[in-house]
Amino acid sequence: MAVKNIMIVGVGGQGTLLTSRVLGGLAIAGGYDVKLSEVHGMAQRGGSVVTFVRYGDKVAEPIIEEGQADVIIAFERLEALRYAHFLEKDGVLIVNDWRIDPMPVVIGAAQYPENILEELEKEYKVYKVDATQESKKLGNPRVFNLIVLGIAAQHMDFTKEQWYEVIEKTVPPKTIEINKKAFDVGYGITQ
Amino acid sequence: MAEKVIMLGNEAIARGAYEAGVKVSSAYPGTPSTEISEYLVQYKDDVYEEWAPNEKVATEVAVGASLVGTRAMACMKHVGLNVAADPLYSVSYMGVNGGLVIVVADDPGLYSSQNEQDTRMVARAAQIPVIEPSDSAEAKEFFKTAFELSEQFDRPFIFRITTRLAHSQGLVELCERVTPEDKPYEKNIPKNVMMPGNAKMRHIEIEKRNLELAEAADSLPINRVEMKDTKIGVITSGIPYQYVKEALPEASVLKLGMVNPLPRKLIEDFASKVDTLYIVEELDPVIEEQVKSWGIKAVGKEIFTVQGEYSVNMLKKAILKQELDLKEPAKAPGRPPILCPGCPHRSVFYVLNKLKMHAAGDIGCYTLGAVAPLSVIDTTMCMGSSISTLHGMEKAKGKDYIKNWVAVIGDSTFMHTGVNSLMNMVYNNATGTVIIMDNSTTGMTGHQDHAATGKTLQGDPAYAINIQAVCRAMGVKNVIEVNALDIAQVEKIIKEETAKDEISVIITKTPCVLLDKRKKPIYTAYTDKCKKCGMCMKPGCPAMTKNPDGTIHIDDTMCTGCGLCKDLCKFDAIELVKEGE
Repeated sequence: MAVKNIMIVGVGGQGTLLTSRVLGGLAIAGGYDVKLSEVHGMAQRGGSVVTFVRYGDKVAEPIIEEGQADVIIAFERLEALRYAHFLEKDGVLIVNDWRIDPMPVVIGAAQYPENILEELEKEYKVYKVDATQESKKLGNPRVFNLIVLGIAAQHMDFTKEQWYEVIEKTVPPKTIEINKKAFDVGYGITQ
Repeated sequence: MAEKVIMLGNEAIARGAYEAGVKVSSAYPGTPSTEISEYLVQYKDDVYEEWAPNEKVATEVAVGASLVGTRAMACMKHVGLNVAADPLYSVSYMGVNGGLVIVVADDPGLYSSQNEQDTRMVARAAQIPVIEPSDSAEAKEFFKTAFELSEQFDRPFIFRITTRLAHSQGLVELCERVTPEDKPYEKNIPKNVMMPGNAKMRHIEIEKRNLELAEAADSLPINRVEMKDTKIGVITSGIPYQYVKEALPEASVLKLGMVNPLPRKLIEDFASKVDTLYIVEELDPVIEEQVKSWGIKAVGKEIFTVQGEYSVNMLKKAILKQELDLKEPAKAPGRPPILCPGCPHRSVFYVLNKLKMHAAGDIGCYTLGAVAPLSVIDTTMCMGSSISTLHGMEKAKGKDYIKNWVAVIGDSTFMHTGVNSLMNMVYNNATGTVIIMDNSTTGMTGHQDHAATGKTLQGDPAYAINIQAVCRAMGVKNVIEVNALDIAQVEKIIKEETAKDEISVIITKTPCVLLDKRKKPIYTAYTDKCKKCGMCMKPGCPAMTKNPDGTIHIDDTMCTGCGLCKDLCKFDAIELVKEGE
């Protein structure tokens, strides 16, 4: 299989590392070669973070180049905007419809762009979900990323059972059920 | 077939250490090297691993273990190697008994560092051989090779990685641990006591050893030629090799696993077979300058940058002159890293900002005190430097000049190298004020223990060195501990202590908000009571935003209930809505 390129973008602290562990586990379960690239350290402290996941028959470089992402999973609107140009022309952008103001916006030195999703929809195939609200309904706002992953799962190469299996292996034991429920919510969103 | 697992580069190095039969590892945390030590802990029955207070100590611990005949390692980031430079340059003369490998992680692109220095330059200056892997699988296998070569040639080795290698995951095949017999210890004063007469002889010896190693490098399997089309030939190593493979799949490649010393014959032979030779290496032209000095024609930094990371697109543009049809990135406001909601550093910086104080800063999360709206930190350079730079200011301009200055340093950084700077202040009759922001952990690198936390890397209880007592024992009379979140107290104490003509150490002691995993309290802002004065926004908490009408909103998914905003609100508009655990 040609290499598939998945990006996870968000704000440091939103759980991009957990998400990349799930995707890495899946790629192995699917029998693919896989490379992931993550951000640790200072940038994680509330900064813009990006994780690259690449799987296929043979993967050399661990990062994804501009114009090559098949799927971008964005945990926040502004981060979706920042990285959208990494998508290839048929790529899909899955966005958590959620806003976290960066410090330049908080202190009034910059404006949070209006109508991000509308602008992105003009150029890209966009799936949006207010996963933060949906996850609060499930009782734990931290599981929002599994809802977003549930949508992404429809554009990847694994069965629902494979997703379940990896979720069970990856998330803390006490949170397996709620994480699977969250995944189901996303998996049901087809637009 | 052996089991294949996915591993972070750093995890693969830890596995390589285990499989190589390493017995002792010492390290100080530093992005992107930290996880090597953390992953080593799973092998603690076979490998002893520890956090040392700094990289010099860590290196010396590893040298000691090597001297008595066991395989040993130290891990650090590139700037940590500067701290370890003293033992490094001299152990180079001594050589090893048991294999000795120092893992050094460079940071092209400065994801989490104060400079972009290239460890290969340091290694060349110290005459230390360098091995560099290009993915997780090689990280594990080459690490074992490093120990074999270290013992075979009696040289300590540097294992050089970069952020991209350290923090990328790839597939690795697991092997069994080898347990080499400890080498017998033989007292050998001419080899191991570096006084001038001995060192003079050792210098001759290591020049010889390095020449032998350079010759052996021509046929080492980790230096390999992948001959394809001969129009383009590339010499590369490490992560850039992966970019070369994707950008130029048809090109011939000489992939170097050992980047110091270079395999001259192999390079000359490869160069003679290709039409145009490119040298693709991130950061400094280390390979390029040597190759060109041998009279070989090659293209390198004429078309490649010495800054940041490389990429496939970059190589396609530079070498193939391809015009890539790429979209422009959208205009989006930046999102620099910031102190977390509830961070105990924020309240201290808020007070310093309010008092219009200047601060000599240090390396850690609190470097982010330089970011608006707090903007308190005036200078940050290297580990432990805050205290000594403040001292230099006083000696240049007099004690009154620094009445509105403090030094700020974290607990782990104070233990690293801050303690000797404080010693200097006491000895040389300084009067400055030092704030030790003690959050009971090494925060920025992801919560590692240190000599003052009471726990070892292996999870065992340890004596927690008392920072107050250390300061007092050195002769500081004014040592005051205060809750970092009690802004009234913090303000009072900073005013009192900076006014004194004596050294003061203020320890703002509140654990890192991320250490306590229990559910936190949550505050909310009532818009009907909010007078839009903006007081609560001054500390720059990321959980707080302004509504379109100027009132305040607190994000309940981010608030950790520190209460700083509530303390600042004069109109009781901010209230606790949910108790913590």
